[in-house]
Amino acid sequence: MIRENFLILQKNIIYFDSSATTLKPYQVVNKITEYYNEYSSNVLRGDYNIAYKADLEYEKAREKVKKFINSKEEIIFTKNTTDSINIIVNSYLKKILKPKDEILISKTEHSSNILPFFNLKNKVNYITLNENFEITLENLKKSITKNTKIISIAHVTNTIGDERNIKEIIKLAHENNVLVLIDAAQSISTIKTDVEELDVDFLVFSSHKMFGPNGVGVLYSKYIKDFEVYNYGGGITTKFNSKKEVSYKDIPFLLEAGTPNIEGVIGLGEAIEFINQKGILNMRDYIKDLKQYCVKKLKTIKDIEIYNENVEGYTVLFNKKNIFSQDLAEYLNKKNICIRVGDHCAKLLKEVLNVNNTCRISFQIYNTKEEIDILINALKEEDILKKSLL
Amino acid sequence: MDSNLKRSIILENYSNPINRKLVEDKNYIKINAKNESCIDDLILMIYLEDNIIKDIVFDGEACAISISATSLMIKNLLNKNIKEALELIKNFENMINEKEYNKNLLEELNVYDEMYKQPNRKKCALLPFISMKKELTKY
Repeated sequence: MIRENFLILQKNIIYFDSSATTLKPYQVVNKITEYYNEYSSNVLRGDYNIAYKADLEYEKAREKVKKFINSKEEIIFTKNTTDSINIIVNSYLKKILKPKDEILISKTEHSSNILPFFNLKNKVNYITLNENFEITLENLKKSITKNTKIISIAHVTNTIGDERNIKEIIKLAHENNVLVLIDAAQSISTIKTDVEELDVDFLVFSSHKMFGPNGVGVLYSKYIKDFEVYNYGGGITTKFNSKKEVSYKDIPFLLEAGTPNIEGVIGLGEAIEFINQKGILNMRDYIKDLKQYCVKKLKTIKDIEIYNENVEGYTVLFNKKNIFSQDLAEYLNKKNICIRVGDHCAKLLKEVLNVNNTCRISFQIYNTKEEIDILINALKEEDILKKSLL
Repeated sequence: MDSNLKRSIILENYSNPINRKLVEDKNYIKINAKNESCIDDLILMIYLEDNIIKDIVFDGEACAISISATSLMIKNLLNKNIKEALELIKNFENMINEKEYNKNLLEELNVYDEMYKQPNRKKCALLPFISMKKELTKY
């Protein structure tokens, strides 16, 4: 049973918020503890056995990540997906973008894939979405202008939960000389992602959304060798002198100044091991089936409005009439059911959905139909609002 | 006060809050009560005359605790002077934060005296009070 790997589930909680962060298996937790208890030391700096071991484990994790996404380029460890996108914008795009160049995103993107572009002087355009808030190739074609320089979209969105056909999107973009940045935060844990096969220009994701620890993100780019140093400090030079003559190291160290999140990176390596060993990349149909089951059951309850019913995906967005989403979440919290409410950090979503706040249920491999039944029974009860109080 | 009565008072103030409307009047001070860690988003408009709170109106989107607390706060602050209002707010904050407070001063606002059992909702009950305090301490 996959659930047995997640010890937090023994605390009698039903966790439907994996789009925010996934739970962590004990193997990952143990690996982090192992680092602290057995070879806690800095990397790339020590000439003693435990530092050598830390170096090995850290770089082993990097190799695991590269293999996991089939990268021939060096990958950079960052803080998270947000950090990765900001680095792409500031260390590379700012250098190559001309004033007339335009950015193309969608209104269902996470804030982290919108705000870094707002911070550029370039025009930001939005891909027209279909009636299910999805991107179609036809609409994408229409949204690309002669000035579009880069398309930046999520592989799977964190709200609607729609999976974009990124292979075809990248192909179409490249035919139009447009670069593509894929935010794989929501997809990386369940969809096999091969950067070579996709021919993607930039790919970013976070460890904590793939069963790994917080505070570690990954940045892949075909153009990583052309990135400018964005952070100056320890570990990025071979030597320098008081005349400001500096010899820099190569990628990836050039872009990883300062002591990194060593235990986080090593933990991410273990999370990848976990995904591989348990065959999680073959389980996406199981998650999609949970969504279909949940939608079917929710539709039997009066006053429930579902916003992404027709989307084959990983989340259910809904509201119960006359109950503010936060009150509903509080009511479910009293029953140890964790859901997310609000705008889910996708602040342009309301412009397409015409609703400010929604309840989101998101599924992962450790969720079950039995858990959905418990949720449904809770939502069927009378006087939910009254029960949410005190 | 028993829990059922508390719930009824909260529900009544959520369903039929006092002064849930905004006004077009330049004599009113407009403040945005927004909580960084939750989705409540209210606008409060205050009319002060000679240090007395003559009127408070509000509108916006928020949970049952925030809306009801705003309604009950308005009922309790109307016609108080700024000093009295700040004293009441201080006692309300103390109650929510499980510190010493004057129960008699808070009257119906005592319905939230068990909020500590739902720590993640403390911020909802405090939202209108903190926004009000921020404004009133300017005078």
